[in-house]
Amino acid sequence: MMKKSRRSFLKVAAVSAIGIGAAPAISLSSSSTNSHGSSHAAKSPNKGAKTAKRWGMVIDTSKLTEEVVEHIVEACHKAHNVPDFNHEVDEGKYPKTRPVNHKQEVKWIWEEHFHNAFPDKEDEFLADKFKHLPFLVTCNHCINAPCVKACPTQATFKREDGIVLMDFHRCIGCRFCMAACPFGARSFNFRDPRPFIAETNPDFPTRSKGVVEKCNLCAERLAKGEQPYCVEVSKGAIVVGDLEDPESEPRKLLDKNYAIRRKQALGTEPSVYYIM
Amino acid sequence: MLEIAIKGSKKYWIWLAILAVIMTAGVIAYIDQFLNGLMTTGMSRDVSWGFYIANFTYLVGVAAGGVMVVIPFYLHDYEKFHRITILGEFLAVAALVMCLLLIIVDLGQPIRALNVMLYPSLKSILFYDMLVLQGYLFLNIIIGWKVLEAERNQVKPPAWTYPLIYLSIPFAIGIHTVTAYLYCGLPGRGFWLTAILAPRFLASAFAAGPAVLILLCYVVKKFTKFDPGWEAMQTLSKIVCYALIANVFFFFCEIFVVYYSNIPGHISHIDYLFFGLHGHNAMVPWMWTSLSLMFIGITLLIVPWLRNNKFLLPFTCIMIIAGTWIDKSLGMIAGGFVPSPLHHVTEYAPTLKEGMITLGIYALGLIILTVLYKLATTVKEEVRG
Repeated sequence: MMKKSRRSFLKVAAVSAIGIGAAPAISLSSSSTNSHGSSHAAKSPNKGAKTAKRWGMVIDTSKLTEEVVEHIVEACHKAHNVPDFNHEVDEGKYPKTRPVNHKQEVKWIWEEHFHNAFPDKEDEFLADKFKHLPFLVTCNHCINAPCVKACPTQATFKREDGIVLMDFHRCIGCRFCMAACPFGARSFNFRDPRPFIAETNPDFPTRSKGVVEKCNLCAERLAKGEQPYCVEVSKGAIVVGDLEDPESEPRKLLDKNYAIRRKQALGTEPSVYYIM
Repeated sequence: MLEIAIKGSKKYWIWLAILAVIMTAGVIAYIDQFLNGLMTTGMSRDVSWGFYIANFTYLVGVAAGGVMVVIPFYLHDYEKFHRITILGEFLAVAALVMCLLLIIVDLGQPIRALNVMLYPSLKSILFYDMLVLQGYLFLNIIIGWKVLEAERNQVKPPAWTYPLIYLSIPFAIGIHTVTAYLYCGLPGRGFWLTAILAPRFLASAFAAGPAVLILLCYVVKKFTKFDPGWEAMQTLSKIVCYALIANVFFFFCEIFVVYYSNIPGHISHIDYLFFGLHGHNAMVPWMWTSLSLMFIGITLLIVPWLRNNKFLLPFTCIMIIAGTWIDKSLGMIAGGFVPSPLHHVTEYAPTLKEGMITLGIYALGLIILTVLYKLATTVKEEVRG
């Protein structure tokens, strides 16, 4: 009995994950537990939802300043209930919380130096302005995503519109995807993240210990016709749109500017571009 | 046949009790990990696999190494191995149980482990690894049990066991090949991204497995009336010798390609292991120790009078086991994850709790091994007496 209903659940989840541009898989999965997920599981795109053949991101590095980068990281992490290990734990609510190991932190989008973001493009004569530029790195939503291939339970999957998503409730925490990702985009919840969330956003699920997570390109916002959080606060430094549409904003930028992608030689085909 | 296991000497029970205590300590440490998450380990965002997966990799090799007695005996009718074939098969059983447990304790959500079967992902190597490991475990349990039972009743093993025995040979090669494929198919990890990884795994397994078996032969000879036979042990030591030479040769093939091609993404990992990187050099003494142990092991096994020294051989085997363990457990994990894909150097060391859990699993493996070996040796004594 149990098995059958699970299987039919899987079918629904798979069909909706493959077929539709919204975020049904997330909402479906989050509705199965008590975490604060958006439980209005849609099986067809919302009216006004942003759709694309292949979502992609263009980052204009000339517009990245320390301040902008900080805002972007904060907006993303706050909205997605990403724990901050520097947050002082509320001892009343979470007594006896053990000290943190900062090497076990969780992050979706963060700042790196050029030679870390592009280790294969390290150059001793690189212009100073690039050496000190705060580069932003995040999940590349690769066309040939190694994490999707590695996942033994299809908890990480690729939507037809290019977004690589995760089902936090199916993930068994084997961390094969973390070994597979060439961009270090994935984080594992080595512990319950909730004591380290200053203010929980009720519109997005919190995670339990023992699962992997990463940037979801704000699939939950695109489904509502809104721009990703990072785009919203980036002061024009980040643009997200349909890479297959020649009229889209990202494509117009790519037409006019020279842009690079991380570790192109590996053939994963990242969907995040950096205008130099 | 199982009744044999509950009739033992005082020493037998004391030994099992000691192991049970160690195992209990592991269980207690695991309860803490289960409740609080893998934060209890030394793993991190950058080094996302650690001691569990390292020991898993090594033990898959020990399990596969059992085939080095099965092939000579069943394919080449090498009679000298008749007495120790069962020891090889039962060693594989114990090693595989440890492997599966090490995977379970490594999971962030162990209660969801069955998702691997509920939502099979045919592109994931982990799915196939699970299949071959379980297949090889069942094959060895069935074969070992049936052959021993037949020996006890002094009849030939049932005819249907032979196809299973032949099938277990490709399975043995398979478990370690697929385990290597877990690593070497990942595009972003220069250290693992090498076609020689599976052959190297096999070579090291065929050295480590039989080396463990030789040690166990000494133990069996000392504590039971059953004599595995010195000639069988000598043949095993030759197998260890050539497998170890192959392992070191494959390693030097790797070193040549990496350093002659001079590709930074591949060099940095081996630099980290053997020379240290950006001032981080926790692995350096380990790796040189490993390489030295393997070289000493080869020397002690290749020179006939050293190899045939009954007193020296167990020490040689211990050195080889330690050398290959460092190489394949610690080195494989640390080398693969350091530096990270973003070229940060985050070092890894297991925590005490991680060590206790791993030790607990080894204790359980030894309990299984002790009981199975008790069965095997008692039956063999009965038959001879």
